[in-house]
Amino acid sequence: MSLLAVEDLGISFGGVIAVDGVGFRVEPGQVFSIIGPNGAGKTTLFNLVTGIYTPHRGRVTMAGETLTGLAPHLLARRGMSRTFQNLQIFFRMTALENVMVGRHLSERTSLLSDLFGLPASSRQNRATRDAARVLLERVGLGAVADTLAGALPYGALKRLEIARALAAEPKVLLLDEPAAGCNAVETEAIDHLIADIAKSGVGVVLIEHDMKLVMKISDRVLVLAQGRRLAEGPPRDVRENPDVIAAYLGDHGAREADRAGA
Amino acid sequence: MLGRLLRARYATLFLLAAIMIAVPYLAPSAFYLRVAAVVWVFALAALGLTILMGYAGQVSLGHAGFLGLGGYAVAIGPARFGLDPVLCLFLGAALAGALAFLVGRPILRLKGYYLAIATLGFGVILALVFHSESDWTGGPDGMAVARVTVFGTRLAGAATWYWVTAGALLIGAFLALNIEASPTGRALKALHDSEVAAAGAGIDVGRKKLAAFVIGAIYAAFAGGLLAAMNGLITPDAASFMHSIELVAMVIIGGLGSVLGAVVGAAFLVVLPQALTVLQEYEQAVLGLLIMVFMIFLPAGIVPTLRKWLLERLS
Ligand SMILES: Nc1ncnc2c1ncn2[C@@H]1O[C@H](COP(=O)(O)OP(=O)(O)O)[C@@H](O)[C@H]1O
Ligand SMILES: [Mg+2]
Repeated sequence: MSLLAVEDLGISFGGVIAVDGVGFRVEPGQVFSIIGPNGAGKTTLFNLVTGIYTPHRGRVTMAGETLTGLAPHLLARRGMSRTFQNLQIFFRMTALENVMVGRHLSERTSLLSDLFGLPASSRQNRATRDAARVLLERVGLGAVADTLAGALPYGALKRLEIARALAAEPKVLLLDEPAAGCNAVETEAIDHLIADIAKSGVGVVLIEHDMKLVMKISDRVLVLAQGRRLAEGPPRDVRENPDVIAAYLGDHGAREADRAGA
Repeated sequence: MLGRLLRARYATLFLLAAIMIAVPYLAPSAFYLRVAAVVWVFALAALGLTILMGYAGQVSLGHAGFLGLGGYAVAIGPARFGLDPVLCLFLGAALAGALAFLVGRPILRLKGYYLAIATLGFGVILALVFHSESDWTGGPDGMAVARVTVFGTRLAGAATWYWVTAGALLIGAFLALNIEASPTGRALKALHDSEVAAAGAGIDVGRKKLAAFVIGAIYAAFAGGLLAAMNGLITPDAASFMHSIELVAMVIIGGLGSVLGAVVGAAFLVVLPQALTVLQEYEQAVLGLLIMVFMIFLPAGIVPTLRKWLLERLS
């Protein structure tokens, strides 16, 4: 029984099949990467797994429990967290408050306690704030905790989303292009962070364009093209798969992948 | 020192209390006290919208409907059922909360303009009911509200109502400030910015919106009940579309999401028309113009703009 098992997922939009019978499994502590050209259906696959879209066919299970079609907040409750390719930040809040929202599931106050400002709510606020601070430090944003998220640079927001997702203490973490638009130093930091997260036992599903990063940290790689599975396996096998080289990596990509593997 | 004060949770409360104590000294006439009491009541209703619109980002163009509901509860309860008016104040609030719970479920699935129109429709229906169910509501002329007695003392006179409404507003502000700084407030502000990310963090977006809608309705109903009891009269006009728009304008002019802003916005829209009556037929035009000028130059609202300016001065 896998931590996350996705079977035969499919959806189409107005006759266009965006995801066509894709499946994969993720185990605790694994980094499972999904690559493929733009428009291949990677983000749509994430949206199907995290309940934003309801699949037309297929199944999503976590530790044996079927979760297909559940609302996103219920999936979060079962240990699924994600980040977004097109940032979904709470721009009117500070960096710290963004991560505090991520602690929502561990908060135990009632509406009445919150209304009357009872000690329970103040205590909860303190606990949430402390936990959020630790996470901000972990992604290297401790110094900007009280800065309005709307004023932070793109690279910082990418890491802020990771901190917020981690705040929920997920079993499965789905990252949609966390290193996109980041410089080499930032990418390196994200690389370490992802490895660290996986080491703590979380199953990480990663969509990423940076081939070097993917080949270096993935346990398994799934290649999507036009909504379909082109190949799946350990990074080395995938890199040498002729279909993949032809359809996706191309000459340039293969060379990059070689360099990463070397 | 001042900077810390500006950021402290209950600073608003102390400032508000100070103003409430100062007004009777600065303007010691029954007329001014009555105007101020009306400001406190509308500020209380606007606070409900601060929670719904300012925190949660959900618009309601029918909120005066709940105001009317609270008013008619205080009028009808004692007149038809012989109930205590104070009890009816709470019954009206409970009724408004229950109604908001029922209509909120389907309505709050809508977003943006659609939500605006749906709430507008809801408000119009309520106003229509108050207008046409004359057996119960007295029709277009409205109905008288029995005098309120609390522990054997009759609530009468401008000064008494001034303090009753001021106290109610302070309690309302206290609760709104608590909510803002709590896990619930964080969830509301989160879904305001991104529903997808809020849901991803495990927030039941639909339920939180509904809670904000119900709380907003209860605020408005309390305010409506106080208004009716204070005036000794309630008419369908209380629930009119114009009043709904006024409530929204108060929250936006004062500063969306700011508790003090709701009070300042209410003062703006209650006091200015009174002050502008000297302009006679130009009153409405000048009021409209002033609203436009304020929105153009202080788009974030009066209070947030002032606060930001003060904080920048201090740092
Ligand atoms: N809500 C939607 N409506 C219509 N088409 C969609 C929708 N979501 C995704 N698609 C389509 O699905 C395909 C895959 O998109 P996407 O998953 O974003 O690709 P990737 O993340 O791999 O770049 C695209 O052709 C896109 O236009
Ligand atoms: Mg994508």
